[in-house]
Amino acid sequence: MWHMLTLVGKDQACIVAEVTRVLYEQGADLGEASMIRLGGNFTIMLMVNFNGDAERLKVILTPTTKQYQLTMHIDKFDGKLHDHMQADVQICIYGADRSGIVASATDALSAAGLYVLELRTDVAGSSDQPVFIMEIEGYASKGIEALKRAVEVLADLEVSVQPLETLIG
Amino acid sequence: MPALSILTYPDPLLKQPSEEVFEFGAALRIFTEELEEAMRAGPGGVGIAAPQVGKHLRVIIIDAPEKNNTPTHGKQILINPIITKWKGMIKGREGCLSVPDYIGSVIRAQVIDIRAQDLEAKSIELKMQGYEARIVQHEIDHLDGMLFLDRLVSRHHDLKKRK
Ligand SMILES: [Zn+2]
Repeated sequence: MWHMLTLVGKDQACIVAEVTRVLYEQGADLGEASMIRLGGNFTIMLMVNFNGDAERLKVILTPTTKQYQLTMHIDKFDGKLHDHMQADVQICIYGADRSGIVASATDALSAAGLYVLELRTDVAGSSDQPVFIMEIEGYASKGIEALKRAVEVLADLEVSVQPLETLIG
Repeated sequence: MPALSILTYPDPLLKQPSEEVFEFGAALRIFTEELEEAMRAGPGGVGIAAPQVGKHLRVIIIDAPEKNNTPTHGKQILINPIITKWKGMIKGREGCLSVPDYIGSVIRAQVIDIRAQDLEAKSIELKMQGYEARIVQHEIDHLDGMLFLDRLVSRHHDLKKRK
């Protein structure tokens, strides 16, 4: 059954290789994963199909998480593979950083029918002049025009709402 | 049920290059009808190449919908298509009837000139742009045993940022 494994720790060489080696040796299958460095930490969210419960999975991984000083979280969940929703819109928002951008943007967008499928934010620029950048891929359940109207409230930011066209051939 | 079913990766036939067509006639016409049926059977298919049904002939069918006032040529059956001119590069999202459940980003030429033959072996020349040009490039790749997976680029960094 599927478990969602979350690991976070200071970025070091070989974390991915070590974690996946242990899982492989215990007969676990890997599914979809997101692994990314955030603020100097390495974060792993990994779908693990494992013939056992979350406790057993934790025991198996504990030597590795101790060695690499990773915090670990495991949830059994009902997810499955091949359950993708197709994104049809991309939204980019940037501007001088201030508090509350993500909250106000996602609040307006979700009210206008957006399902967020992937969201990435970064604070670029310098510490004196931080620039906030957010990229969202999602599904516009009420159409793209509704999203364009919704982002008008973010008057101090640059916003683009672009249809994502996908060729199937 | 369509007469022809679509092969999916990792079927090795998808990696095999296709042969030029020399015989034009009833058999070819019937094959293209069945090929089109296979393209329309799946959700959202806008193009198909003969090797996707296991026939290694240089035949593609495309049918680009008209979008954002960009004119297209509608349904085209293209035999022995070749690209004679390329211009511009643009990143776009692609999936494939032969690679279910995966979407990736691929860089393609923005404007192309193509030369091909029709079902009567008559030579045709077309200029295509944008989405339609992308479909043709995707399908001609199939004729050369290439999948869009062989051309994936990062979804998160576009051409502009790379300058
Ligand atoms: Zn394809």
